Amino acid sequence: MEVLMSVVIGLLFTIGTYLLLTRTLLRIILGTSLLSHGAHLLLITMAGLKTGAPPILNEGVTEYVDPLPQALILTSIVISFGVTSFFLVLAYRAYKELGTDDMDRLRGNDHE
Amino acid sequence: MSNFIILPILIPILTGILLVFFRTKITLQKWLSVIALILNTLNAGYLIYIVNQKGIQTLEIGGWKPPFGIVFVADMFALLLVFTTNIIAIFCLWYAFKTIGKGRESYFFYPFFQFLIAGVSGSFLTGDIFNLFVFFEVMLISSYVLIVLGGRKIQLRESIKYVLVNIVSSILFVSSVAFLYGITGTLNIADLSVKVTQLGLNGPLLVVAFLFLIVFSLKAALFVYFWLPGSYSAPPAAIAAIFSALLTKVGIYAIIRTFSIIFYQEPQITHQFIAWIAALTMILGVIGAVAYNNVKQILAYNVITSVGFIVFGFAVFSKDALEGVIFYLIHDMNIKALLFLAGGALITIAGSSQLKDMGGFIKKHALLGWILFITALALAGIPPLSGFIGKLLILKGALAANSITFYWFTGIALLSSLLVLYSVTKIFMNAFWKEPNTNVESNGNIKGILAPCIVLLLFSVILGVGAEWLYPFVEKAAAPLMDPSIYIDAVLKE
Repeated sequence: MEVLMSVVIGLLFTIGTYLLLTRTLLRIILGTSLLSHGAHLLLITMAGLKTGAPPILNEGVTEYVDPLPQALILTSIVISFGVTSFFLVLAYRAYKELGTDDMDRLRGNDHE
Repeated sequence: MSNFIILPILIPILTGILLVFFRTKITLQKWLSVIALILNTLNAGYLIYIVNQKGIQTLEIGGWKPPFGIVFVADMFALLLVFTTNIIAIFCLWYAFKTIGKGRESYFFYPFFQFLIAGVSGSFLTGDIFNLFVFFEVMLISSYVLIVLGGRKIQLRESIKYVLVNIVSSILFVSSVAFLYGITGTLNIADLSVKVTQLGLNGPLLVVAFLFLIVFSLKAALFVYFWLPGSYSAPPAAIAAIFSALLTKVGIYAIIRTFSIIFYQEPQITHQFIAWIAALTMILGVIGAVAYNNVKQILAYNVITSVGFIVFGFAVFSKDALEGVIFYLIHDMNIKALLFLAGGALITIAGSSQLKDMGGFIKKHALLGWILFITALALAGIPPLSGFIGKLLILKGALAANSITFYWFTGIALLSSLLVLYSVTKIFMNAFWKEPNTNVESNGNIKGILAPCIVLLLFSVILGVGAEWLYPFVEKAAAPLMDPSIYIDAVLKE
């Protein structure tokens, strides 16, 4: 299971990086979103998947799943959700104002 | 165990939330923000007093003992920075009252300013590496809003890049935390230090250490600084000042914390590498500062050079150098805020940030001219101003290290501070001494906005002259950095 997850994480990072390197702003945002999914999956995989019972203290339970990564991933998902929505609004507003979503034309070597 | 430790985070967050409800009542917002910051400063002062008496204080959230719960750790280093942060914030806010404009004020400038302070203070005080990520995000999200607030074209264009760079570095941060947790099974900074020492800093752990270095370098503008000049020249002066005073410093703080307490075991690999990129940052930053003829760009490259210098001091890693780093960090927060505020005033007068559009301001605006000139001297580290003592200690530490590379780097540091002086006096000479430029009407009004600059300048003098008085605090702050066991014992209470 861990191996499969690692492959998925690798794929997400690859596609995310590819999208990040394109010129269209919307694709770049999708890229960051895929990258953050990759990071979150990584976070939950690193602690080991399904190693035992649910993490509830009980008589006779010796093997249990580490609950901490789940708390971490939840926090991280909320943050990346907020940031992505902010970024989308920012990109829309920038497109309206600047009239382009092409990163090459957003370089800004011209001083205003 | 003191609940006061949470107040530097709680006060700004609660104030910020409160301010959101008073969107139209701007006078009330101004009063509340200033009162909150003053309370915060007093509290930080009180904490410094306590820590000075009793040693490092910790707060275990919810009573969960470390390493299981989240802890906040108030050591002298963090507290000195929290204290300075709040003082600088008061003066940037004062400057903002006069300059920021009605539009920004009624669209939540003051609440986000408070959230920014909460994020910065939280990053300084936390004792948990994932919590550090959360506070970084609090700080960054506020900074995203502040940088784009106003929605001018240049702001929108530059904030896209700023947001993108920071999102990518945050993703790297989460991934490095994941790897670190996978290897060590803990997130508490003190506990991490123990575990990393047991496992030995090699193989995967070393890779993780370098991942953290990349993440924090992106935030601190250490070597990977390409995003900084553009994004720091987009927002108005008050916001650029608080950014340059605080945000890069939080990155530097994170580098110092992680590489002095968690990953300190192999200095000949990690610290040597940090020294190299710090030296490169100094060189590249100062080239930018000398080459540009645009005030905003010159100031932004000055930030980069000082980041290089501070991190170089850290990489030397001796008692003298670390004390110098702490002195210099406090000085640099103060002087960078001052530099951007004074630069903002200059741009207001000239109506342009190009040096060629300026000239002859000495007749009408002599005071601003001399403020800028003295700031330049403080930046270069001329005694008795505040830059001197930090620079002296860092260079003393570097020369005592007795290695050829550090001799070279010391030379680079000295040369770069000379060129920094040149780059700022270039602004002074062009704007104030040159023949008046007849094409440009100097009609900007800077009445009342020089007062915060003068007070910050006074601080610089006080820091320089009163170094003797400040020294015991700095010595206490540097001790846990040299000897992590002080920090670990205070947190884990073994």
